[in-house]
Amino acid sequence: MKTSDMKPRTIIEKIWDNHIVSERPAAPALLYIDLHLVHEVTSPQAFDGLRARGLKVRRPDLTIATTDHSTPTTPRSFPIVDKVAAAQVARLEESCKEFGIRCFGLSSHHQGIVHVIGPEQGLTQPGMTVVCGDSHTATHGAFGALAFGIGTTEVEHVLATQCLLQNRSKTYEVRVDGALKPGITAKDIILALIARIGIGGGTGCVFEYSGSAIRALSMEERMTVCNMSIEAGARAGLVAPDDMTYQYVCGRPHAPKGAVWDSAVAGWRKLPTDEGAQFDKSIKIDAGALEPMITFGTNPGMGIPITAMVPNPGDITDPLERDSLAKALRYMDLAPGKPLLGHPVDVVFIGSCTNSRISDLRNAAKILKGRKVHAGVRVMVVPGSMEVKAQAQAEGLDQIFRDAGADWREAGCSMCIAMNGDQLQPGEYSVSTSNRNFEGRQGKGGRTFLASPLTAAASAITGVVTDVRTLL
Amino acid sequence: MTKFTPFESRLVPFPIDNLDTDQIIPARFLKTISKEGLGAQLFYDWRYDAEGKPKPDFILNKPEAKAAKILLAGDNFGCGSSREHAPWALLQYGFRAVISTSFADIFRGNALKNSLLPIVVPRDIHAELFRDPNVTVKVDLAAQTLTLPGGRTIQFPVDAFAKDCLVEGIDELGYILQQEPAIASFEAAHPALINTRA
Repeated sequence: MKTSDMKPRTIIEKIWDNHIVSERPAAPALLYIDLHLVHEVTSPQAFDGLRARGLKVRRPDLTIATTDHSTPTTPRSFPIVDKVAAAQVARLEESCKEFGIRCFGLSSHHQGIVHVIGPEQGLTQPGMTVVCGDSHTATHGAFGALAFGIGTTEVEHVLATQCLLQNRSKTYEVRVDGALKPGITAKDIILALIARIGIGGGTGCVFEYSGSAIRALSMEERMTVCNMSIEAGARAGLVAPDDMTYQYVCGRPHAPKGAVWDSAVAGWRKLPTDEGAQFDKSIKIDAGALEPMITFGTNPGMGIPITAMVPNPGDITDPLERDSLAKALRYMDLAPGKPLLGHPVDVVFIGSCTNSRISDLRNAAKILKGRKVHAGVRVMVVPGSMEVKAQAQAEGLDQIFRDAGADWREAGCSMCIAMNGDQLQPGEYSVSTSNRNFEGRQGKGGRTFLASPLTAAASAITGVVTDVRTLL
Repeated sequence: MTKFTPFESRLVPFPIDNLDTDQIIPARFLKTISKEGLGAQLFYDWRYDAEGKPKPDFILNKPEAKAAKILLAGDNFGCGSSREHAPWALLQYGFRAVISTSFADIFRGNALKNSLLPIVVPRDIHAELFRDPNVTVKVDLAAQTLTLPGGRTIQFPVDAFAKDCLVEGIDELGYILQQEPAIASFEAAHPALINTRA
């Protein structure tokens, strides 16, 4: 069939079609995976599965591993105090050695959060299928890749066959037009989307983020938006590649070079959604109307503009929904109808696969420069990778953080998932640039307000939830 | 893989929407390199007090819950992370099915791959079950039916391939491995742009 005869397709459908290995009746498609990212938490049982069957890793050359989740962010010369975590980190390095997989372990200068290092190394490229045993794999969608999280059984499938059985998802266009006002960031776009459609709003779908506001975002900002697609329930979220994408990828260690680069770009230019292609669902967001967003509750959909009041369960008719909100406010110990602005904060966490890249750290440093962290507030700045850390230090950002009274750490997931000893104490409140505010997510009994690096840094200075626009 | 056979069970009502995987099994228990021992950690932070003693009023600590095989959950069950430890923990506690109006995508896939059946029912049936959860229902995956008290039977949707795998005990990885020729020819036609080992 000639291309001109085909019905217009979305970028999501194009990438899908390009990766079908086989399609049988009454079965999901067998989809080829171009890049498989592996970390210590969701892989050990998958490697055991290979051993039990006597299987090899089919394409170690399309697989990359790193340690990030249970990895301490204390100086790398210190041993891992937690014996269980130490055994898990060691097991990943052993399995990688046994199966021939390259691993950026704790001693590597390339170690970091799996979703930070893929793009950093030029491994994440437009048009690819990317998977990882981690729900924030959608981050890689910023490059126009179809990237989604999988469970450990599927990790084993991909290790063994480089393929996955998958059913087609619905397509969902998230169109964001207009210009962001000063103090409003990519994080506020995605928190606003999740607050609008809810944490199940994208279930069964893949988002394509489009519109002038998305086009205007840098690659790192696009990663922040795509990263939290899962918090709206979507399987994945992506942004069609453009010159900004190619510029970012070009010259990175694993980017194609020379004539291969030219032909790759020519192929990537065919990826954007065709004129007239139909999406199953769509929503429009006016970027110009957005305010800094913050969550007040115990899921990422419980978000409000920072100047708004905490909602009242009494205003909700559905009984389960009303109970859920009431339960969330009890856990957070917040009163309905009151502002969040001015609420005391114990901890500020700047990091995670959502907001730990160099531009995030620059944003935080811009606010912290020449100021002091409020007395009694603990501030942790955790770079997304050792390369981000080196870059930040070359720019002197580490000194700005230290001078302000913040703690400058080694790379990892850290207090986003609180598996590595970095955690809140029961009852503490944090303003966090991470992606989840579920009960206990940052430590048992801890309470999380999700926000942008600007809002987090502003709250660190004042010791209370703060509208960054008052400090700009 | 063992075949998924019909069974009867009481329901354990858990009337909370958007129950996330951090509640099902908190992240600090994911440092294990094994699949075992997770049943005791299911809903850990809700189920045990600060000293690690079971809270007697928490539903999963009640004797009638221990014999039950079906969790009756709120909307969007299993949202959050991709941790397969969530279905592993539910299975090891003794559950074989979860009934809800909707499931998060990754959780649903992980559950099906481990013979934990996610059953989606219409909102009115869901509400009816919550009104009187002290009943026994029958689950028949082959027929895709849920039989309610009084013999009323409702159909539930399930992915056809996943159902075949569960009912017939088909091993999915074995099924993919059989497609080796197709995988090899796809690879021959699509040379990789990266080499992580270079």
